[in-house]
Amino acid sequence: MTDQCTCGDAHATSRVGLTPIEPVLERYADDPGGLIPVLQETQKLYGYLPKEALRAIAEARCIPFSSVYGVATFYSQFHLRQRGDKVVRVCHGTACHVLGAPEVTRAVVEELGIKIGETTEDLAFTLESVACVGCCGLAPVMLVDGQTYGQLDIVKARRIAATLREEVAAERGAASSLANEGDPA
Amino acid sequence: MTPHTPAQGSTIIRVCTGSGCAMNGSLEVADAFEAAIAQAGANDSVRVVRTGCHGLCGSGPIVIVAPDGVFYPKVTLDRVTRIVERLLADGGYVSEFLFRPAEDAEPIVHYADVPFNAAQQRIVLRRCGVVDPEDIDDALALGAYDGLRKALETLDPDSLIEQVKASGLRGRGGAGFLTGQKWRFTRDAPGEVKYVICNADEGDPGAFMDRSIIEGDPHGVLEGMAIAAYAIGAHEGYVYVRAEYPLAVKRLRIAIAQAEEKGLLGEDILGSGFCFGVKVREGAGAFVCGEETALIASIEGKRGLPKVRPPFPATSGLWGKPTCINNVETLANIAWIVVEGAEAYASIGTSDSKGTKIFALTGKVRYSGLVEVPMGMTVRDLVYGIGGGCAEGRDCKAVQIGGPSGGCLPFELLDTRIEYEALTKVGAIVGSGGMVVVDHETCMVDFARYFLTFTQEESCGKCAPCRIGTKRMLEIVTRITEGEGQEGDIEKLEKLARDVKSASLCGLGQTAPNPVLTTIHYFREEYEEHIRSRYCRAGACTALSHYVIDAGLCKGCAVCKKHCPVGAIWGELKQPHTISAERCIKCGACVEHCPFNAIKRV
Repeated sequence: MTDQCTCGDAHATSRVGLTPIEPVLERYADDPGGLIPVLQETQKLYGYLPKEALRAIAEARCIPFSSVYGVATFYSQFHLRQRGDKVVRVCHGTACHVLGAPEVTRAVVEELGIKIGETTEDLAFTLESVACVGCCGLAPVMLVDGQTYGQLDIVKARRIAATLREEVAAERGAASSLANEGDPA
Repeated sequence: MTPHTPAQGSTIIRVCTGSGCAMNGSLEVADAFEAAIAQAGANDSVRVVRTGCHGLCGSGPIVIVAPDGVFYPKVTLDRVTRIVERLLADGGYVSEFLFRPAEDAEPIVHYADVPFNAAQQRIVLRRCGVVDPEDIDDALALGAYDGLRKALETLDPDSLIEQVKASGLRGRGGAGFLTGQKWRFTRDAPGEVKYVICNADEGDPGAFMDRSIIEGDPHGVLEGMAIAAYAIGAHEGYVYVRAEYPLAVKRLRIAIAQAEEKGLLGEDILGSGFCFGVKVREGAGAFVCGEETALIASIEGKRGLPKVRPPFPATSGLWGKPTCINNVETLANIAWIVVEGAEAYASIGTSDSKGTKIFALTGKVRYSGLVEVPMGMTVRDLVYGIGGGCAEGRDCKAVQIGGPSGGCLPFELLDTRIEYEALTKVGAIVGSGGMVVVDHETCMVDFARYFLTFTQEESCGKCAPCRIGTKRMLEIVTRITEGEGQEGDIEKLEKLARDVKSASLCGLGQTAPNPVLTTIHYFREEYEEHIRSRYCRAGACTALSHYVIDAGLCKGCAVCKKHCPVGAIWGELKQPHTISAERCIKCGACVEHCPFNAIKRV
C-alpha cells in the first residue's frame, strides 16, 4: 500500500457518495464480528474500498480507523485502489505451476503490459495471481471476471489476452459513441 | 460398490456442475439436455439432475445416465441431441462418445467400471455427484439427516462422543487430532454458550476436496455440524468458507434455508427440543485463517492472526467461549459413523488411521480429480491404479503430498502407505489431501521455491521465526535456482528450516520448511548440481537453461523465427535455424510453435 496515510486529514473531500453503504452498516450494526462482511459488501458496491467509506465504517462501528485499515490491508481480497474493468487472475496453484503457470503468466504480463498486482493506467485491466482456484483438473487456469480459461499454454494465453484487449476497446468505443450520440451538439 | 445408483427407477441424466465441470461449460450442457428432453416430450420419464463433483475432473463436463450409469466424458453441446435421441429410442448409448482409456482401446460403458473408480470407496462422497445439491429432497431420499435423527432419538451426548471416539476418526484438516477427543474437551469445558465451527478455509494450493464436498453434498456437512453441536452442547455454528469459492457459499446458503424449512436446523430440531442454527462467514483471502485461532479472530472481525495455544479453542475459542472447530471432510464423515456404527467405520483403514481419505489428485497424472480411498492404500496404487500413472506414459519423479505443509515423496518411496504415522515418518503429511504428481520436467529446487514463495507470502508476520525465517530461506532457495547458489547454502537451509519449524507460533510456520527439507533429503543431488555445476536437470530454472535447435530435426520452416518476439532466431529457409543465446528471452514461444519438436530446453 503506497497510498499516503492521511489519518485525521481535515481537508479530505468526499469523492464517493456514502449513501449506498448506509443499509449495510445498519444490517451489521449489532453483529460484533461484522466488520469483514461490511467491508466485503462495501467493496461489492464500489469495486474497491474508498478511504471515505473506511472512515464512515470506523465511525459507525465506533472503532478506530486504524483497526478498519488494519483489517482492510490484512486480507488479500480487499483493494484500496480502483481496479480495472476486467480483472485477469492467473492461477498459481501447485497443479498450475507444474503444468506451466509461470510461462502463461509471462505471456499475459507481456500481452497486457502490466505486472502481477498492477492495473493499467486506463483502468481497463487489473492483473492478479491467485493461490488456487480449485479446478486443478483444468490446469493451468486463468480467470477473467466470471469466465474460466483452462488448459492454457503460451499461445492460448496470448490469444485470450489479445481478445480481451479488443473487447475492452470495442466496449469503450461503443460507450463513447453512445455518449456522443446523446450529445445535442 | 457403485456410487451411482439411481434415487428413483426412472431415467436420470446426471450432469456434473461442480466447479471444474461448470468451468468447462457443463451448465450449458445441462440446459441443452433439458431442452432436448422437453422438445421430445419426455419430461415425465427422464429427469436432468445437476449434481456436484463426480471426481474425474480432467474429463469434464461429465454426464452419467442412470439407472445403468452410462458414462460420457467431455460432453459438448453438439453431442447432447444424439445422446438424448438414442436414449429415448431404445435406452441405449452412443458408443463413440464413451470413455476410452486410450485412443485405440475398447470403450468403457459404465462409470463404475472406469479404472479411476474401481479402487475407490466413497463414504464422504457417497451422495456427491448423485444428488442435486440444491434440492434437499434429493438428499433426504438418500439418507441425509438420518444420522442426526438417530443421534437425537437414541443417543445421549456422552455416548455419541464415545461412538465418534471409538470410530477412530481423526481430523482431516491436517493435524490429525482425534475428533471424538476434541468433542470431549469442548463438552467438558465449563460454560453455557459453546460454538461449532466448520473450517472450510481450504487454502492449500492443489487441494479442492472441501470445496467439492460442500458443492456436491452440503447437507452432509450441515448434518455433521448439527450432530457435533448436539454432542458438545452448542446451539450456534459457523461455516467459515474461503472467499474464492462462490459456488460453495451459494449452495451452502440454499442448503441451510432448506434444512431450516424442514425443521432439520433451527428451533426444536425434529421435535427433540434441540436448537441449532448455522451462519456462513466468507473469508477474505488469507491462508493463515485455516489455522484455528486465526480463523476465530477472522470470524470476530479482526485481522486473522493466530494465538499462542493453550488455551485451546476447546476451552476458549470464539468470543472466549468453548469452541469445537472441525474440518469439512471430518464433519462429513460423522453422519455415516452414527448411522453405520463406530465399528463399521473402524473396520476400514489401518490400526492408526481409520476410515477413508479424500485426495485431490493433480499434476502430471493421466486422470486428475477427486478420489476417496480407504486409509492404508499405497501412494503407488493411488497414483498408478486410480490416476493411471504419469501423463504420456512417463515415469513419475515424485509425489507431493499435503501441499505447502507437506513433503515430496520420491518414486522409490511410492509404496508408502497412506497413514498418518507412515507419511510423517518419510517427511510428508496426510495434510488436507492435496496430491500432486510431478515428472522429470519439474525441478525439485524450483518446486521447493514455489511452495516457500507461497508460505512466505502468506506468513501473517506475527512471529519472527516464520516472518523472517521463511523470507531468508526463500532468498537462499531463489539464488540457488538463479545459478547464484554458494557452497554451504544447503546446510544453511537445513539449519534455518529446523529453527523455523521449532520456533514458529502456528502450524503455518511449523510446517512451512517441510517442502524444502524433503526435497533436500530426497533430491540433494539436484541442489548440488544447481550450486556446483550451475545445472538444472529438469531445464525448469530459466537462468540455468537455454534453448537449442536440433539441426537434425529442424526442417528450416521458419515458423519459430516468425514467432520469436525478439528476433533471436535466424537461418536460411529450408536450412537448420539457430537461436542466439544473448538475445533469447526464454519465453518458449518457439517450442510451442515448432511443428517438428526440434527445439529443446537444455
